Amino acid sequence: MSPTLSRRSFLKITGLTIGISVTPLGYNLLNAAEKKDLAAFGPSVWYQITSDNKVTIYIGQSEMGQGVLTSQSMIIADELEADWKKIQIKQGAALEGFKSPLFKVQVTVASQSMRGFYEPLRKAGAAGRAMLVKAAAETWKVPESECKAELGTVKHEKSRRSLTYGQLCEKAAKLELPQNPSLKKEEEFRYMGKPMPRVDVPEKVRGKAVYGLDVNDGNVKELKGMLYAVIAKPPAYGAKPVSFDQAAAEKVGGVVKVMQIPMGIAVCATSTEAALKGRDALKAQWDKGKIPDLDDQYIEKTLLGDLDKPGPKVHELGDAKKTLAEAPKKLDATYYVPIVAHATMEPMNCTAWVQQDRCDVWASTQAQTGDHELATKISGLPPEKVFIHTTFLGCGLGRRTRPDRVPEAVTISKALGKPVKVMWTREEDFKYDWFRAPMAHRIQGGVDAQGQLIAWNHKGASISITKSVNPAAELKGGIDWYNLWGLWMGPTEPLQWNTKIQYDIPNFYVEFNLSDLPIPVCPWRSVVVAQHAFAIESFMDELARVAGKDPLEFRLQSLKNNKRASRVLETVAGMAGWGKPVSQGQGRGIAQAACFGTWVAHVVDLSVDKSTGKIKVHKVFVAVDCGPVINPGPLVEQMESGTIIALSTALKEQVKFAKGGVATSNFDDYRIIRMSEVPEIEVQIVKSTDKIGGIGEPGVPPLAPAVANAVFSATGARIRRIPMTPEVVLAAIKNKST
Amino acid sequence: MVSLNVNGKNYNVDVSEDVPLLWVLRDQLKLMGTKYGCGVGECGSCTVHINGKAERSCAIPVAKAQGKKITTIEGLADNHPVKRAWTQEQVPQCGYCQPGVMMQVAALLSEKPTPTADQIIGKMDDVICRCGTYLRMKKGIQTAVQMTRKEGK
Repeated sequence: MSPTLSRRSFLKITGLTIGISVTPLGYNLLNAAEKKDLAAFGPSVWYQITSDNKVTIYIGQSEMGQGVLTSQSMIIADELEADWKKIQIKQGAALEGFKSPLFKVQVTVASQSMRGFYEPLRKAGAAGRAMLVKAAAETWKVPESECKAELGTVKHEKSRRSLTYGQLCEKAAKLELPQNPSLKKEEEFRYMGKPMPRVDVPEKVRGKAVYGLDVNDGNVKELKGMLYAVIAKPPAYGAKPVSFDQAAAEKVGGVVKVMQIPMGIAVCATSTEAALKGRDALKAQWDKGKIPDLDDQYIEKTLLGDLDKPGPKVHELGDAKKTLAEAPKKLDATYYVPIVAHATMEPMNCTAWVQQDRCDVWASTQAQTGDHELATKISGLPPEKVFIHTTFLGCGLGRRTRPDRVPEAVTISKALGKPVKVMWTREEDFKYDWFRAPMAHRIQGGVDAQGQLIAWNHKGASISITKSVNPAAELKGGIDWYNLWGLWMGPTEPLQWNTKIQYDIPNFYVEFNLSDLPIPVCPWRSVVVAQHAFAIESFMDELARVAGKDPLEFRLQSLKNNKRASRVLETVAGMAGWGKPVSQGQGRGIAQAACFGTWVAHVVDLSVDKSTGKIKVHKVFVAVDCGPVINPGPLVEQMESGTIIALSTALKEQVKFAKGGVATSNFDDYRIIRMSEVPEIEVQIVKSTDKIGGIGEPGVPPLAPAVANAVFSATGARIRRIPMTPEVVLAAIKNKST
Repeated sequence: MVSLNVNGKNYNVDVSEDVPLLWVLRDQLKLMGTKYGCGVGECGSCTVHINGKAERSCAIPVAKAQGKKITTIEGLADNHPVKRAWTQEQVPQCGYCQPGVMMQVAALLSEKPTPTADQIIGKMDDVICRCGTYLRMKKGIQTAVQMTRKEGK
């Protein structure tokens, strides 16, 4: 497997080539032989069987370690009944048609690579198999029913004849493609559901995998003479340059050009080092920006203050206020989730080359369609002359849905007429992140005399993601549904599948405010589901105690009609031995959440050092139900990975702000979790034949509240904010005893 | 002009002496396996071996590496137990930090072929992985230790 980085990687139609074309109403399968030119063909995913008996699969989704190249290929290969050993898998270039059947654009987001592509990929594979079988039957003049496809060969048992897919592909290409081929039964699956090694692993281990930052004239020959650019940008939001010493920067050896662009002052040089030195020499000075006194307190005060203001009504069922007023037992609690950074290990970067007749962009991106639009606009070239080449992604986490670095590289390359790589340092990667949206919640809940949850009044506040990524966007009724996933989905329900509160609450009322803060935000692994889950699942735990119920039992009471949520909770409880005493000095917490068609529950065992406030997590149990499992290896990996990054946010992460901008600079003052802090993790997959869900994000949300609930169980102290640093824990313990 | 010995080959490169070794490996020698992650020696993505010891190439001026034996991920044999173990245990996810991580592990194992849990943590807490592959790394280290032990006999 290797991304198709070269400009000459455009495919030729030969052999049997089948694709999936996404349309506004759904998708169609396509036989490339029926299409005259490929530009018009543009399928979402496609594969090609050639006369050398090879199968090449092109995947339009971006690989960031979630295993999408392998799992999508497994589905095609299985239904095609191909020999895995003869398959090559390639990262497809961004083409008009490489679109998600769910979102109609080319993106790798919302854990949709499986939930969007499962059915189309199966049909595409099965259609090819049907055509190959038909081609063989016609060759031998025998009924199709006597022929069988097996591992890249069609066999006729009676006459002991067989033909390989390579021998049959040209003939098969002339046949009509069935739009609704018959699919395999589960017991016939050859690859799906079985652990298959990820195809991206070997070259990653050899150090040969090319990420965006690695693109240069060594691996893409056309880039000879490429320049390196870094950009001086404002330290505070909205700050404008006051002065900079262009001459001093241009004197630095290797610096070729200093130029002001809309994003800042770009320094272009013949090496990274020269560009960085040139930028230092600029000694750029900036004014104080939009809100000079913006800092951590300003942000927190704004969000918490917005909880006291009336907000647009998101959802109303029954009469929450009246029920609460009359409820025999109730609770009122406020939670705060601060800003965290994506901090992907590969910092933002982009390489572009704008020539007179074409524009090429090399990027580690999650959003090719958006990148393509911007590169087209800035280059001034027709869209068909603009090419996005997807490299491996050094982690995505949602950050690479933002195209910000693409216009930088295209702007500079266009001005210089040379290939240019724009690199962000780690400090810039923190400073100019589109952060995880912060969130404040105030929840009032009530239970009846039997301890059943009967009322929930929820006020939330956050920074609008929609307005952040598109300031011109109009929010209908002042509601940004993007910021509500995990609590309520409203009109976005058809695409996001159960990305909402799971409990049956007869009286339920939600208002949600959008805070006026200049801080850019975007999706962060689970978008905002984790920020909601922290409040919802902490509150459920608190309310269970008010009701005098066990936290698991209290949850299950309100999940009687929710089979999948109940099942993951019961499974994780069984794994952990819920209800049995925990080890001396330890605490245990439970939580569940669902998003993007997948249900996850966590149980966390931990201890708290009451003198230092330090939390030590010993063990985490995870139960997951994502419907049919394609590749169990990456599913478990994603659960581990989601659990660990969520633990990092629960215990450690918070971006610091001061003087109108970001104060956090690098990994020395933004600590993320390391090996010694990682607990043992046990994952169990709940067997399920329900609709297929995503796996990249759902492992994140329940973990942080499960930790807070376990801290309560260990200490009796309730923590209503993350990160649960030793200082926060100590304060909570102290607060409890006073 | 600086002379370097990288992966057994000699190079003369025209760079100033204070340039971090990382940028010389990447920009001049086109050895892209060594990654930039933080530039301040905090994350370990840029780890290479200098005379057999794991070092942060982002924090070492190239002049200090002159006359020494430098090994990058590309110079670690493909059949090295760490590389095989990393493949077998499917350690990398996004994989960006892993070349540095593997170099850190290879140096640890060449010094301590059967490291204790504390010795492993002692070295591995110097690297970070945003995908959180730490548990797989631990497994990978055990597998590499076993491979070395078996094949050594």
